[in-house]
Amino acid sequence: MSERDRPTSVTGAQVAANREPATIHLTLDGRELTARAGQSVGAALTQAGIRSWRRTRHGGRPRGLFCGIGICYDCLITADGVPNLRACLLLASDGMQLTSTGPESTPTTDGGAA
Amino acid sequence: MSVHPSGITKQPSYDVAVVGGGPAGLAATVATARLGRRVVLIDAGAQLGGQYWRHPDLSSAGAHDHAGHRDWEVFEALTERIRRHRQTGAAVHLAATQVWFIEPPGPDTGAPAWTLHLAPTCGVQDDRMPRTVRADRLILAPGCYDRQLPIPGWDLPGVMAAGGVQALLKGQRTLAGKRAVVAGTGPFLLPVAAQLARNGAKVVAVCEANRIGRWAKQPLALARTPAKLAEAASYGWSLARARIPYLTGTVVMRIEADSSGNQVGTVKLGRLRSDGGVQPRPKRLEVDLVALGWGFTPALELVSASGAETRVDVDRSLVAVVDDRQQSTVAGLYIAGEATGVGGAQLALAEGELAGIAAADATHLERSRVRALGREIRRLRAFAVAMHRSHPVPPRWSEWLTPETIVCRCEEVTYARVSEASTRLGATDARTLKLLTRCGMGWCQGHVCGFATAALAAAGQTRPLNAEDLRPLAKQFPCAPVPLGSLLED
Repeated sequence: MSERDRPTSVTGAQVAANREPATIHLTLDGRELTARAGQSVGAALTQAGIRSWRRTRHGGRPRGLFCGIGICYDCLITADGVPNLRACLLLASDGMQLTSTGPESTPTTDGGAA
Repeated sequence: MSVHPSGITKQPSYDVAVVGGGPAGLAATVATARLGRRVVLIDAGAQLGGQYWRHPDLSSAGAHDHAGHRDWEVFEALTERIRRHRQTGAAVHLAATQVWFIEPPGPDTGAPAWTLHLAPTCGVQDDRMPRTVRADRLILAPGCYDRQLPIPGWDLPGVMAAGGVQALLKGQRTLAGKRAVVAGTGPFLLPVAAQLARNGAKVVAVCEANRIGRWAKQPLALARTPAKLAEAASYGWSLARARIPYLTGTVVMRIEADSSGNQVGTVKLGRLRSDGGVQPRPKRLEVDLVALGWGFTPALELVSASGAETRVDVDRSLVAVVDDRQQSTVAGLYIAGEATGVGGAQLALAEGELAGIAAADATHLERSRVRALGREIRRLRAFAVAMHRSHPVPPRWSEWLTPETIVCRCEEVTYARVSEASTRLGATDARTLKLLTRCGMGWCQGHVCGFATAALAAAGQTRPLNAEDLRPLAKQFPCAPVPLGSLLED
């Protein structure tokens, strides 16, 4: 049986260290969200039940997290005015303002700065 | 060497540079520093561990409960040794840093050492971060990511790579959905399903394309790796206890949206016949999460950029050619872990340590250790080969595509366009197919659709997939998207 299937005994030290992480507040297109400190933007959005924050530039198809580890660039988001950040890697921070992107402002890889 | 006002040298120089902070990179760094070499460890992750030991941000997210982590004590021992080497100055760790370009040493470039060009993984360049580092020897341990095959509807939100679903759990303690199907092939589907169930999701099925009987053809490899069998048995037990159906010979052949049209709602299953064809099954599953993985693709862009030779492995992934000391076909360049062939964390640890000893020029001082590592590598490689033979990508997978199916997610290239380029426009090789269709030319640079595009190029000519199909999709410049400013400054 693997380690994680066993019930864990909780020691005093673990209780002390197991304090709940701080709650932080951020917004997506003005809508308020909460996240745990240390969570990525992608995780915070997922936890809030939001699954897409970008539309593709040809088909206008909704996109959000896919690879979850920084490979696929499907989850690009604008945070505090900085475009094209990978939501899966970007750490959520208190007061962060996230903006979703429609097909017209979806970044291209040709010509524009990556 | 110039010293930056912040105190960090602007172009620091090291004996060895290690790229990648997963099992192979950590073992390589520790071995190199232990042997008295100055080493810089460059890792794209904010925290060390790679995908295997991905964990929450310990500084702010509370205590880590080790959930879903195997060999956590190995990780702690390695990072503790790196911490000590950092204190003495023997090791430097550059976190959240990507290498976007590599300049090899030698007569071509006139440079005496490897030059690595760096960019932050997220956000904008920090003044305290060096933009380049130099090193006499280079160890690449870039790891791998889930291999994907296009499926109708696979670009709907709620469809994710199995590794991404696990990363959300392991690294973020976040559940990607409430009702999941886990599908594809390989042993990795088991821990993903078990972890989803353990964290409260209903896993309606694990769809394994292959049949478990394939393992019976690999008795020797299994006998030599009893720990792997025990691991598989423990996951099997977890699945049985959570009453998760494990459907073998079964694939998800179509994914459809829910009533909103904006996320996944149902999947249709198919049965793989013994002739490799796919037969639709009447069964539909209602889900809000589809986790997909067809084995793994090694991250090969830095290997390709460095000019090292590559080959096609048993699992049809493009991998680096290395010798019995982990040295690539380029002198001074060592490669360890999944980039030499997907084989798991234990194999990566052994290869990383061997690469570290070799890059430190110490194989003659460490003869017995080098022999022991060689034996360990051969034993675990035999298991990896057995695993790949037991879990191949279904040979006729393209039969479940429809003309409208998206092949390249970034550029939204449909299967119809790929077929047209292949049959009518004369794209007889992957390079031409890529140029004509833009498959693999978007943001992800072919990381996601590369294997499928290469396989479709080969299938269009009714010949087996070869290295020439895979190579154009593994080579990119820059190796990671960077702001134009970074290109202009150097």
